[in-house]
Amino acid sequence: MDVIVDRRQQPRGKNLGNRQRFVQRARAQIRQAIKDSLKDRRIADSERGETVSIPRDDIHEPDFALDPRTGRREHVLPGNREYVEGDEIERPGGGAASGRAGSNEGEGEDSFTFELSRDEFLDIFFEDLELPDMVKARVASERVSLPQRAGYTTDGPPVRINLVQTMRKSMARRVALGRPGAGAVAALEREREALVAGAIRPADGRSPQARIAEIDEALERARARRKRIPFIDPIDLRYNYFRRLPRPVAQAVMFCLMDVSASMDEHMKDLAKRFFMLLHLFLARRYERVEVVFIRHTQHAQEVDEDTFFHDRLTGGTVVSSAFDEMLRVVEDRYPVQDWNIYVAQASDGDDWREDVPRCRGLLAERILPLCQYMAYIEVGRDPSVPGGLVPSAESELWRAYASLAVDERRFAMRRVDSPRDIYPVFRELFSREGAGA
Amino acid sequence: MSLPAASRGATRRPLFEGGDWTLDDLQSIHDAVTAVGVGELGLDLYRNRIEVITSEQMLDAYASLGLPHMYRHWSFGKRFARQEALYRKGMTSLALEMIVNSDPAVCYLMEENSATAQATVLAHAAMGHNHFFKTNRVFREWTHADTILDYAEFVRGYVARCEEQFGQMAVERTLDAAHALQEQGVDRTRHRRGSTVEDERRRLAARRRYQREHEMELWRVVAPSDPVVGQEQDPDHEAEERALALPEENVLLFLEKQSPVLKPWQRELLRIVRTLSSYFEPQRQTKMMNEGCACWCHYTIMHRLREQGLLTDGAMLEFLHLHSSVVAQPPFDHRGYSGVNPYALGFALMRDIERICTDPTVEDAEWFPDMAGNGQPLETLKWAWSEFRDESFVRQFLSPRLIREFRLFRLDDDAASDVYTVGAIHDERGYRRVRQAVAASFDPGESRPRIEVTGAALRGDRRLTLRHTVRRGRTLDALEVRRTLRCLGVLWGYAVVLEEVDEESDDVVATHRSEEA
Repeated sequence: MDVIVDRRQQPRGKNLGNRQRFVQRARAQIRQAIKDSLKDRRIADSERGETVSIPRDDIHEPDFALDPRTGRREHVLPGNREYVEGDEIERPGGGAASGRAGSNEGEGEDSFTFELSRDEFLDIFFEDLELPDMVKARVASERVSLPQRAGYTTDGPPVRINLVQTMRKSMARRVALGRPGAGAVAALEREREALVAGAIRPADGRSPQARIAEIDEALERARARRKRIPFIDPIDLRYNYFRRLPRPVAQAVMFCLMDVSASMDEHMKDLAKRFFMLLHLFLARRYERVEVVFIRHTQHAQEVDEDTFFHDRLTGGTVVSSAFDEMLRVVEDRYPVQDWNIYVAQASDGDDWREDVPRCRGLLAERILPLCQYMAYIEVGRDPSVPGGLVPSAESELWRAYASLAVDERRFAMRRVDSPRDIYPVFRELFSREGAGA
Repeated sequence: MSLPAASRGATRRPLFEGGDWTLDDLQSIHDAVTAVGVGELGLDLYRNRIEVITSEQMLDAYASLGLPHMYRHWSFGKRFARQEALYRKGMTSLALEMIVNSDPAVCYLMEENSATAQATVLAHAAMGHNHFFKTNRVFREWTHADTILDYAEFVRGYVARCEEQFGQMAVERTLDAAHALQEQGVDRTRHRRGSTVEDERRRLAARRRYQREHEMELWRVVAPSDPVVGQEQDPDHEAEERALALPEENVLLFLEKQSPVLKPWQRELLRIVRTLSSYFEPQRQTKMMNEGCACWCHYTIMHRLREQGLLTDGAMLEFLHLHSSVVAQPPFDHRGYSGVNPYALGFALMRDIERICTDPTVEDAEWFPDMAGNGQPLETLKWAWSEFRDESFVRQFLSPRLIREFRLFRLDDDAASDVYTVGAIHDERGYRRVRQAVAASFDPGESRPRIEVTGAALRGDRRLTLRHTVRRGRTLDALEVRRTLRCLGVLWGYAVVLEEVDEESDDVVATHRSEEA
């Protein structure tokens, strides 16, 4: 009888194992391909997968193939219109066999294109990047305890019985104590029956009765022994043992500080945004919980939501230290330093009210840096493709003030970014495994 | 249509209206299709297990070569990635169905298919392919439909256990090498009896026991050993015996039995690759006939359903559109040309046989005296489906009329020449030669290199010698040979030499050596 089965609801990803093996194999090439494709990539894209093309070298599956450029072959084609037997047709491409696509001559000439999923992409994207100063990674407010296998015990609830281990012990004991098997008993019984029925006679010429008596005795011995030595003894029992291990949930908060005064144009904000997003993606992969706090400032600072942060326009002067004040307030309010890993990313065009610069430096050195894991400052420049920047890449006051800090502070790093293509390299540089910062 | 069954009046209600369907609709479509297929056409079928699946599951099925279970290997991941990329970009569409040669036959239907498409694919796969799998001689002799699903599951588990025990890298390395020799893992000339899963288990258990008893004293004391097992597993004894059976065309088999370096589990992996390769071999040999049979079935069944009033006009038009795109044959200079379409040629051949049986011309009577006008199209078709493979089928049944219809011509391609020569066209002089060439083009044995193991110095430097018989001057791709020999080296462990010997002159055209040689 035929059956119809609806399998659409069954779990997906049957091929995941194969796919992981494939990505693993081509990892080096995929990494190179991603690197090449990153230069002009939009950060928003990293939320999605990525189409990559890699050379076929490592993932080529060889076989004994005939060389299409040798020998004599016959092709059959349909749709003949004008040819008659004996006609000669110019080889496409001209010349003897030169125009034919070589099957595999020139390794890596042919490329293999496929889609990487977001997770695979990010995995490779952030490969060998590391968060500096993870001291507090183990600190957490919530502790969960998870069961972990810890061998076997001789005691436990029935649900935890480990059959394999138990049977192994039982078998060893039975073999060691010489407990007769059911088969041996059955064989004796069969023989006895046959003797009683007269179907067989002892081969050594004894009387059947003598043999039956002998069997009876053996049977009794065997049965008694089977009774004495149980199939499974309580000492055979083995139970799976689990230990509950407390596991900290690492959590992090990321502060995005940005100058939104009039001097920050859209291009600059865009650069800042890309940097923030990269950092967020990165943190999200390292910590189970990442919270983001957006603080924008002109001459005043306030905590806002993401949308307002990036899109709302404000006018006013620029007092950078106001953002630090606001941040300190939020930390005190909601993110106790002992429970949270704190990261700070600051983006600015370097403008600051002249009198505020020393205060900024002071706040940073004495209050902010001691409480955070890492701080990255990026100074965004005007779009280099648009001519007529007011101050062409002169060092800003803020930059100079920070630069003196960066020299001997491992937790602090600063870079200058002018165009979207700088973002990722700068990011990599900041978090590369060799140790970031000064 | 000229079918023996009497046409009933168009009085019944259509099976469905519009494109949507429910599982109940699917059941009634299936029942109607089966009524025609089994009831009227008398098809001989395995039970069907019809599974409705999503496009993603179809991609999975593609990647695992259609089998519901497959061992893990990166190349399947690659296949999946490739298909997925093409599909996502809209460069290819997925097949509407896929059917596994097994008992019960697993038949996948895509959920995206319209009701008409479901009816068509049920008639195509669950009837046509299924009948072909069950009755065709090549399939009967080469594959074991009743055990393949179990075997695939066993293989999956076995490979996973090997990975656990010996490491993914080691397993992958062996499988990579074995995959490279897949084509050389099929017995073409003689057929060996396949074994059931039970046999497999027993054989494995014997292999394990042998190993265990030779490594652990205790086992020999405790468990009574089976003396037969020891004997047949003696590698030296076996090697000596088999070495006499050279040349051996089944390179994988040879390595499995003779390689001096492989561990028992590696031999088992080779055996797995070899077994699966053999399982797929009939599909390579009968691709065109199989599709022709399935297309003929869906065409005939759908028309019968229409005559019974079970299909609406709209459904019929949709079906004809679908059908004609499946069996389209663009001419060679058309943009969409990609070789002779096996669906088109297969379907045309089946229809042509039907025509010759019922309404032959003078020419047909001359070419097919036994068959022309015998008035038994269905019986003739069934006989053809069961007894032939693509190559012999074309040789037997390709009529001059069909050659004219397809306007087939033969193009001779000599690599030494600057031009192609037209060797034969669809005229009196050319029919037989064109037919010959078509038959050859459907013979996998023709397009594959003929490679044999000719020597293995088991006692000396342990060099393995292979010979490629060069036919029509066609030599192997040197780069590919180098890569494949590297794989062979992994499995043999010592130097490997491949000689290319010209068939006619017996001259050695080229010699390739593995790096160790």
